[in-house]
Amino acid sequence: MNGFFDIPSDLQHSWLGLVGLHLREALLPVLAGLVVSLPLAQLCVRFRWLYPPVLWVTTVLYAIPSLAFFVLLIDYTGQTELTVMIPLTVYSLVVLVPAIVDGVRSVPQETLAAATAMGFGPVRRYLQVQLPIAVPAIIAGLRVATVSSISLVSVGTLIGNQGALGNLLNDANIYNRPELAVNAVLSMAALAILADGLLVGLRLLLTPWMPRRTRTKPKAGRPDPAVLALEDAAR
Amino acid sequence: MAVDRLSLDIPDRSITVLVGPSGCGKTTTLRMINRMVEPSEGTILLDGQDIQQQPVNTLRRSMGYVIQNAGLFQHRTIVDNIATVPRMLGWGKDKARARARELMERVGLDGALAKRYPYQLSGGQQQRVGVARALAADPPVLLMDEPFSAVDPVVRKGLQDELLRIQAELGKTIVFVTHDIDEAVKLGTMVAVMRTGGHLAQFAPPAELLSDPADAFVEDFLGADRGIRRLSFFPATGLELLTGPIVAVDATAEQVAARDTAGAPYLLVTDQEGRPLGWSEPGELTAGNIRQAELLPYGRPFVAGTDSLRSALDCAVLSPTGWAVAVDAEGRTAGVVSQQTIGEAIRGAHAERRASDRAAERPQAGKDSRVAR
Repeated sequence: MNGFFDIPSDLQHSWLGLVGLHLREALLPVLAGLVVSLPLAQLCVRFRWLYPPVLWVTTVLYAIPSLAFFVLLIDYTGQTELTVMIPLTVYSLVVLVPAIVDGVRSVPQETLAAATAMGFGPVRRYLQVQLPIAVPAIIAGLRVATVSSISLVSVGTLIGNQGALGNLLNDANIYNRPELAVNAVLSMAALAILADGLLVGLRLLLTPWMPRRTRTKPKAGRPDPAVLALEDAAR
Repeated sequence: MAVDRLSLDIPDRSITVLVGPSGCGKTTTLRMINRMVEPSEGTILLDGQDIQQQPVNTLRRSMGYVIQNAGLFQHRTIVDNIATVPRMLGWGKDKARARARELMERVGLDGALAKRYPYQLSGGQQQRVGVARALAADPPVLLMDEPFSAVDPVVRKGLQDELLRIQAELGKTIVFVTHDIDEAVKLGTMVAVMRTGGHLAQFAPPAELLSDPADAFVEDFLGADRGIRRLSFFPATGLELLTGPIVAVDATAEQVAARDTAGAPYLLVTDQEGRPLGWSEPGELTAGNIRQAELLPYGRPFVAGTDSLRSALDCAVLSPTGWAVAVDAEGRTAGVVSQQTIGEAIRGAHAERRASDRAAERPQAGKDSRVAR
């Protein structure tokens, strides 16, 4: 394919430049979404009645098409990256808030009771017990939010070429160069898979305490749990 | 109302068990002691001081708490789980971990488990970690809320024995909640039987509970065999053991004939080391040719020095001849005893207990916690 990475000059970026731009426009909203979701989710856990309305609002916001968002925002933020990133931030809430709420709620009652009985205050209990145990659920939410954000950035092409790799789709059309569209799709797919893989790696790193499903047979050096249980029974 | 006008004097350095049916307020009572439940009225005194007067988290860190299913922090290693309270009290990491390892040994956990996570441990092991965690900062008071309910009976018995051993070493003031009356009788120095609404039905040492239940509710709760169970508080040391009707498997005809069978219709055959093999009628024994397969089974022997009258009676009931076999700690036959003799010993023990009860008032329990509502 001739000129696969030969990016038209109107985009003012190399292919790598577009990749960097794309990642920034996709990941910053997820990060911002996480920063908003954490306290919001904690409020929903603390005040149970708040959760259904919050869920309703985030779902309704998610239903607003991005184009409508752009029309609303363009008066205030203009044809900038910010106009793309604000809707993406809002969209990420629909995944992140329930993920964090479910994660925090999944902490067993006896674990919470034990923490309280050992003299954990509410803040310490949240930071040292609830949040760490919610990490797998939070990262599961982040994976969905990140992948969808990476794909959604491309609509930014509609407001003055703010769609990073998505701009290639428009250029493929106007310059009649279909390989640019293929480039856009493949690059975005690769970014999404890469980002997802990194998040999985992050979870493995942060949660050594989770049972690993892949390790079905205990290694030689590690005693079989069943044997340990028997030893315990024999005591 | 969960707990109503409960007044309880919990003695120092002993195990007080709160027992009762579900919903009787025993857990609520326990949680009032570390203020996880605040009483709407009344006071709880610890060593004469109102627990409401000190900061709640300071109070809680001075009391160990063990819960059903252990409630371990699944995201922390075993050693860090145990070191939680010392770390919160400002101990250094190394000191707290060293203390945690020491406690693992104390509760019978292999040190190799220190770096494991809770999911890698069996239920019984997790419960041991729960006990170690509660003991970590060496609190004078230990609160235990149905700690052994969720493990199987074999593991539970092991954990109960371990708790009694640890208690003998450390002498904590333990408040233990259970719905299992057998557990209460086994572990408790004092047992508080509660009924719905947090009313105290009876507060007494287990032996007294079994001999003199305060009312129909307590009697019903204790179950049908409280008379038999009470026998576990009487040692079997006083039993008169007969050594006459015992013969070794390699005995000669003269030795067999010389056995004093006046008291017993059967002879117990033992091996050369003195371990019991089985019973036989004297006439059926042919010296030098004793066929072990034809001997009557002897059931299960009891250990003469350490077992209770309950074990002795159980052995006699299990034995087809109606005679129990007593052995020493090594399993060698110490003697045999009939159901009739055990029955006399039981009557004697009851009479003796009644006499001593009349002679001395039960020593009054010391100060400590007082739960009221």
